[in-house]
Amino acid sequence: MQPRELQAEQFSDYPPEAKRVVLAHLDALRELPLIFIPSLLREVIDYDFKFPAERFAIDRELASLSGRSQAQRRDQFQAFDRLSISPKLELYDWINQPAQFTEQLSAYLWSTHQLDAFRAAATEYGSRLQSEMPSEPLPARRLGIAVIGQGVTSFDGRLFKNLRGHGTYFNQIKPEHGLDLLLEGIDARSKTYSVPYGHWYVDGGQEANHSALLTCISYRSLEPVRKALLRDVSTEIEKPGMGPEELRTHLARLTPSDLGMTPGGDAVLDRFQLKVLTEGSGTQIFSTTFAQWTAREVLRRAQALTLLVRFAPRQRQRPMNELLSNSQGNSEVDPLGSLIDADMASYYHWINQQRLPGYDRSVFLVWFEGHNEALVVAPTLPRGATSNSALDLGQLLALAIS
Amino acid sequence: MNRQFFKDDLAFGWPVRGGLTAKDVASRLSQSRREFLRTTAGLALGTAVGSSSPFLRGEVIRKKRKTIVVTFGGGARDQETFAPEGQENIPHLINELAPQSSFFTHVTNQGILGHYVATASLTTGVYETLNNFSAVPPEHPTVFEYFRKDLRRPASDTWVVAPSNGFNRIGESNSRGYGPGTGAAVILPKHLLSATAPGATEDLDHLLRDNYETPLYTPRLSGGEFELQQLGSILRLSVADFMAHARTLSSPDELSVYIAKRLMQQEAPSLLWITMHDIDVAHSGAYSLYVEGIRRTDRLCAELWKTVQSEPEYAGNTTMFILPDFGRDSDFEPGGNGFQHHRTGDAASRTTWMMALGAGVRPGVVFDDPMQSVDLVPTLGAMLGFTPEESKGRPIKEFM
Repeated sequence: MQPRELQAEQFSDYPPEAKRVVLAHLDALRELPLIFIPSLLREVIDYDFKFPAERFAIDRELASLSGRSQAQRRDQFQAFDRLSISPKLELYDWINQPAQFTEQLSAYLWSTHQLDAFRAAATEYGSRLQSEMPSEPLPARRLGIAVIGQGVTSFDGRLFKNLRGHGTYFNQIKPEHGLDLLLEGIDARSKTYSVPYGHWYVDGGQEANHSALLTCISYRSLEPVRKALLRDVSTEIEKPGMGPEELRTHLARLTPSDLGMTPGGDAVLDRFQLKVLTEGSGTQIFSTTFAQWTAREVLRRAQALTLLVRFAPRQRQRPMNELLSNSQGNSEVDPLGSLIDADMASYYHWINQQRLPGYDRSVFLVWFEGHNEALVVAPTLPRGATSNSALDLGQLLALAIS
Repeated sequence: MNRQFFKDDLAFGWPVRGGLTAKDVASRLSQSRREFLRTTAGLALGTAVGSSSPFLRGEVIRKKRKTIVVTFGGGARDQETFAPEGQENIPHLINELAPQSSFFTHVTNQGILGHYVATASLTTGVYETLNNFSAVPPEHPTVFEYFRKDLRRPASDTWVVAPSNGFNRIGESNSRGYGPGTGAAVILPKHLLSATAPGATEDLDHLLRDNYETPLYTPRLSGGEFELQQLGSILRLSVADFMAHARTLSSPDELSVYIAKRLMQQEAPSLLWITMHDIDVAHSGAYSLYVEGIRRTDRLCAELWKTVQSEPEYAGNTTMFILPDFGRDSDFEPGGNGFQHHRTGDAASRTTWMMALGAGVRPGVVFDDPMQSVDLVPTLGAMLGFTPEESKGRPIKEFM
């Protein structure tokens, strides 16, 4: 089916808010190229479970499309119009299964060597959209905090290698009560700048005591869900005809209640956690991956104003010879490997933060938990510098956001 | 055909900052490799050498020539390898192998960036479009089929040692005029383990089934009678000896290299293809495990080269090629997640390198001219004397 044939009743299975949004912009949607529109509907269909920042972005994009003349829209999408699409994809139910459509489109673009052209068109579209719609000013500088190295008693290597050129390295930090001081700091921000889903605390292990004003996700609290997911996967992969692609489709259809998440909670947050576990590769297995990917998604989707991520030791990867010895269980953790994982993850945290509006004013702090090493990237602090100031974490945070 | 692991490719997500084109990035990657090799390993630029051919003609008698191709199924990025900050991870490649090699800094893969389909493309010289997760043969004739047909070589003269999933069909195509019985036999070390270690623990079972690209999906292996026969009749190993040795190894790639060495001793194939896979643990998102994989692969490449020097059938007449099948996503590509995947098709994920060393190769030279990964098969054809008629690649001009 072609977009020009779209009718209101074809969106009857959409959740209420998603349906309202689509119907308000149906005329504009009818004029979009088929190769493009499912990518947009993939976002819209989940509108009811989106964070405020995502809803705002969808509303703004649709308003922009509706506000254009036919000629302007043709000009905007001509790069997409040059790409071909298979007859099989044209027949696909892209209205009700836009995510599955885009996955199949992706495979088609790879196999027909059109992926690079699609990427270029998408990048151009996104950049143009962004340039036409300046972002709203933030109520405060965006703040990212990474706490890495829990459980590591000593480390001889050089931490924060990727970030040192961008900020100031502190080597005399007083580690006492460091996590509490940081949590107090972000709690204070959450009270001062009230933003729905604006202030986050992600823990790769057991979460520490924290303010109820923070949106919190932890690896430990999701353990029942992770176990339910792995049980579900084990059952599914034994079924005839199951393969990686079929499994992926199955996972995409899971709902929070399928994995035992209690109904009546925060539906938006539950969906987010479900997606972290079903879409993130390795998030179900390694706590460091869970924390990194969750941070990425919190920034990308919720555009958090404040995000503290604390990494915990992940389970140890057992070598083959040990597995061949038939020893059971794997309760050991790998603190040193986890520190290296988290060091890289903190770099990605900063990169992802820099992709958001207000990046030129944003602040990032990373601390080697329990130790005296930290690094701050902030517009007010010199780059590539070293400081031997003896500060506690509360003082360091205050300096960073001053 | 639905390759859903590419799901994130089409994310419109975050904007790209900076104005480098993919071509710019690829060019910078190759330049950084060249500069690094020149300063660290003391290699000379190919164009500065009187004759730019990496091959020293007439040095090797063709009929005795042995060729080994080592691919990394799980690309490694420059910043963890040939860039200054990555050199600590590849001491053997840098200090031992690079000075002996002709090094090609700019190899691009324009095909689908999945390991099975990309390795299949490397073997056929055509960008294959098969489903990365299906155990199907390549559509076009493989290098093994060309080699055997044109040079009239027996089945025992070419072998593939590969990670388990899907790769069991990589030895021969379903192309008319070639196909079943005309290509290479494939040894899948994980299948051997599966056949010899029944009743394995759950974790071992996962290791044997894992294909990394889809960490949650682990297709069941079917190791059995055929694998046991391979152990006994080809590798001349008892199950007890095989298991005893396997218990001393830390990873599937170590097992692959052990099997490859055993093949070299027992069958002495003229064309041996080994695909490493440990690096691809990166898909689990654990950076430390990815770097460990690179270090192990670096060590195993040197170990294999030492074996070549010590085996009478191979010493002095073997050319070895080492190349990743492709790279991994850049840290700065918004559609990806850095080292974890190779889904975006950005320059970092498409651009890699190749090292050639040994018999007939001019040592210590860096070649900057762009080549494609599908050029490998026609290059091997030019070297060994077969005609890969369906290959879309071109022989590397420096070799001609």
